[in-house]
Amino acid sequence: MTADALAVIRPQSEAELAEVLRGASAPVAIRGGGTRPVGLIQPGGVLETGGLSGITLYEPGALTLVARAGTPLAEVEAALAAEGQRLPFEPMDHRALLGTTGAPTLGGMVAANASGPRRVVAGACRDSLIGVRFVDGTGNVVKNGGRVMKNVTGYDLVKLMAGSWGTLGVLTEVSFKLLPAPDSAATLVWDGLDAAQAVALMSTALSLPWEVNAASHLPDGRTALRIEGFEASVEYRAEELATALARFGRSVRLSRKDSVTLWQQVRDVTPFASGQGAGDVWRLSVKPSDAPALAASAGGDALFDWGGGLVWLRLAEGTDLRARLGTFRGHATLIRASVEARRNLPSFQPEPAPVAALSLGLRARFDPRGLFNPGLMG
Amino acid sequence: MQMPAPSADILARRTRITRRLREVLPGDAVIDDPIETRAYECDGLTAYRCPPLAAVLPSTTEEVAAVLRLCHDEGVPVVPRGAGTSLAGGALPTADSVILGVARLTQVLETDYDNRFIRVQTGRTNLSVTGAVEADGFFYAPDPSSQLACAIAGNIGMNSGGAHCLKYGVTTNNLLGVTLVQMDGTVLELGGAHMDAGGYDLLGLICGSEGQLGVVTEATLRILPKPEGARPVLIGFGSNEVAGACVSDIIKAGILPVAIEFMDRPCIVATENFAHAGYPDCEALLIVEVEGSEAEIDAQLGLIRQIAARHDPVEFRESQSEDEARKIWLGRKSAFGAMGVMGDYICLDGTIPVSELPFVLRRIGELSEQFGLKVANVFHAGDGNMHPLILFDANKPGDLETCEVMGAEILKLCVEVGGCLTGEHGVGIEKRDLMNVQFAPEDLEAQMRVKDVFDPKWLLNPAKVFPLAASESRRAG
Repeated sequence: MTADALAVIRPQSEAELAEVLRGASAPVAIRGGGTRPVGLIQPGGVLETGGLSGITLYEPGALTLVARAGTPLAEVEAALAAEGQRLPFEPMDHRALLGTTGAPTLGGMVAANASGPRRVVAGACRDSLIGVRFVDGTGNVVKNGGRVMKNVTGYDLVKLMAGSWGTLGVLTEVSFKLLPAPDSAATLVWDGLDAAQAVALMSTALSLPWEVNAASHLPDGRTALRIEGFEASVEYRAEELATALARFGRSVRLSRKDSVTLWQQVRDVTPFASGQGAGDVWRLSVKPSDAPALAASAGGDALFDWGGGLVWLRLAEGTDLRARLGTFRGHATLIRASVEARRNLPSFQPEPAPVAALSLGLRARFDPRGLFNPGLMG
Repeated sequence: MQMPAPSADILARRTRITRRLREVLPGDAVIDDPIETRAYECDGLTAYRCPPLAAVLPSTTEEVAAVLRLCHDEGVPVVPRGAGTSLAGGALPTADSVILGVARLTQVLETDYDNRFIRVQTGRTNLSVTGAVEADGFFYAPDPSSQLACAIAGNIGMNSGGAHCLKYGVTTNNLLGVTLVQMDGTVLELGGAHMDAGGYDLLGLICGSEGQLGVVTEATLRILPKPEGARPVLIGFGSNEVAGACVSDIIKAGILPVAIEFMDRPCIVATENFAHAGYPDCEALLIVEVEGSEAEIDAQLGLIRQIAARHDPVEFRESQSEDEARKIWLGRKSAFGAMGVMGDYICLDGTIPVSELPFVLRRIGELSEQFGLKVANVFHAGDGNMHPLILFDANKPGDLETCEVMGAEILKLCVEVGGCLTGEHGVGIEKRDLMNVQFAPEDLEAQMRVKDVFDPKWLLNPAKVFPLAASESRRAG
C-alpha cells in the first residue's frame, strides 16, 4: 500500500503504518474521528488511524491506561467509568462547535491537546499524557515516556506531541495517568456579574483552599464554580465558598443534572454551536486578569473558562481578531471560520521569529519530506 | 564513567577565552584560578570530578546571553549549573568547558495572586519560592528532598518531582513560562502567565532537557493556595507485598493522598537506630498524608483505616498532635542521613508500575545477596518512583564499581517490568550509558534531533543524557 494523492489509507497496525510512510510519495491529512477540523490542510491523501484501535493496558490500582491512538474516546471513558475513574482533564468535544459528526479518538484528542474546564486545576491533556508511540515522517517508530507517571528519562517528546496537530508524526499509542472520579459535585452559580466582576470572583475562588476545579463565566451572564469530592467534603466547601464570596452576591446551588449540563456546555462551548449565521469562533489564551479588557476590545460574545485564562469569542465572519487586539500576551487561534477566512488568516498564532525558527526546525527534522498535514500550524 | 577527552585546541586558548569572558562580565563573575574552580568540579554525584576551564556567575539575562554568544563563537562547551545538587552528574564539567552558574540570579520579579503565579530568576532556591508567598497563604508545589538548596534552574533542567507530586504533579505541570537563552545568545520567551502553548509545546520540551537546549534565566511558576491542614498516618505491615496491595486499594477507593511513602525493613531499622522516631518493628511501613479541613481529614483517614484493616496491619498510628505528626515524618525525612551514617551509598530513582512493587523488591533483595551489598528501600509508593539506597565502602577498592554494576542491574529490572531509569533525578552521566536499555536507536535519534535544532553545534552540556557513542558524530561536528 502506498500513499497516493487523494487516496484514503487505513493501516491496521503500527508496522503497516510505518511501511506505508516509508514508501509514501505524497502528503496526507491525518484523521482520527474527523471531529476537529481546525485550520486548513492542503489537499492530498487521507490517512485514517481508526484501524489502530483498542485499550492495551488498564490498571486501575496504578491509575494508568494505555490505548492505541485510533481508539474511540467513548470506549475509553466507558472503561474508566466502570472502575470509577476518569481522564483528569475533561477533554473538550468539538462536534457541537464545529458541526462535525463521527467519533472522537484518543489520538485526535492528544493532537489537539483537548482539555476542558477542569484544566484550570488538574492540568491539560498534555499534563496527564505520560507516554506516546508515533511514526515519524521517515517511517521510523519512536517511543517516548511510558506507562509510569514519574519519568524524566531523556527529553519529553510526550509534551511536544500533545497539541502538535499531527504535524510531527502519526500517533499510534498513548498512555495516561488517571484520577478517581469523585462521588459528589456541587456547582454554585452567580447571576448578572459583568466580565470583570466574574473574573475577580473566579480569581478569589481559585485562591481559596477549597479546591474549586472549574470556574467559568457564560455568555448568558452566569458565573459558575464547581467543587468535587466526597459528599461531606463537598457540602462543607460549598458553604465556605458561598460565605467567602458573599460580596459578589447570592449564589444558587444547581441540581446534579443541571450541573452536569452546565459544565458540558462550557466544555464543548455549545453556546456558540454551529448553525445558520453562527459566526466565527476564536480561542484566546491569556492571563486571566487581562481577559475582560481583551474580550471587550474584541467585541462579540464571550465565554470565559479556566477562571478567565481561556476566552471563547464569537465574532462576525471574517473578523481579524489579532488585528483588532493589537499586541497582547498570550495567543489567539481561529477555531471556526469559512474556508475563505481561513485562507486569509493564519488559524494558529504567528510566533516571534526565534520561536518560529525552532518550530520549523523541529518539523523539518521529524517530517523531512513534509508529509503530515501540510499547511497546518504555520 | 567515561567523559570525552578535552579539546587541546580549547585548552590552548584558555587565556584568550577567560580574557574575553572578563570583557563581558564584571571581574568577580569570572573564576579561573585553579584553586577556586575546584568548587565547581562536581555536583551531588561526588564520585566524579573535573575542574572546568572557568566558571562564570552572571547576574542578568543579558550577561548570560553575552557569555553564551562568546562561547558559541569560540566553540567552547558550556555546562549550566543550578545549585549543584544533581545526583546524576548533570553539572559535571569537562576540563575544556565553562561552568555557567545561576547562583546570582535570585530575585523575585513579580508576584501575582490574582493570576496565581510568581516570576523568579532561576538561581532562586525551590524552598524560597514558597518562602516568598507563604505569608499570603500560597505555596509552590514541587518539593524535591533537596528543596532547601536546589535551584529552580536545576528543577527545570531535571523536571524535578518530590513527595507530594501524586496530587500536585512535577515541575513540568507547575511551570507556566521561561526566559530561555540559546547557545548562540538568542533570548526568547516561552509561555508566560497564560496556561497553554499557541504552537508546539516548547516549554514542555525544555523542562527536563538537562541544560542541553538552552539556559533558563527566568521562570513563571504556578502557585497554589495552601490547604487548610494536613495530617499523616503511619501503617506497619507484615510484608512488602501486603503494603503494596494496600497502596493499590487506597488509590482504587478514590482517595488521593498528597503523599504515600514506603519504607522496607532495612530502611526502618537504619532510620530507627539513627532518629529514634519510634517506628514499629515490621517488614514494611507506609506514611500516608491527606489534606483538607479537620473534618475532611478525619473522613479520609477513616476510609484509609478501613482499607488498611483488610490488610492485617501490625500498627495503625494516627497523629493526635503536631508533635506526633512530626515524629511520623521524622524517620522518613532522616532516611538518607541514617544511611550516610552507615556508610557510603548511591541512591537510584527508577520508576516501576505500582503493581510490580512486590516482585521488584524481592528481586532487589536477591541482587543484594548476590553482590554482597546492603540495600534499603524508601520511596514514593503512590507513583512507583523507587529510591533503592545501595551501601558500599568508598575506601574498599572495587566496591564503588560493584555498587554501580548492581545499580545498573536494578535499573534494568525497572525497565523490564515496564518502568524507566529515572523518575526525578535525571540521566546526567550516571544513567547515560543505560539509555540503550530503555530506548531503541530510533528513540534516541528522535531526541537528539531536538538538540540539533536548539543547539546545532552541540556545545550545551554535550556529554550528558545520550550514550557517548550515540552522540559522538554530533559532538565532533
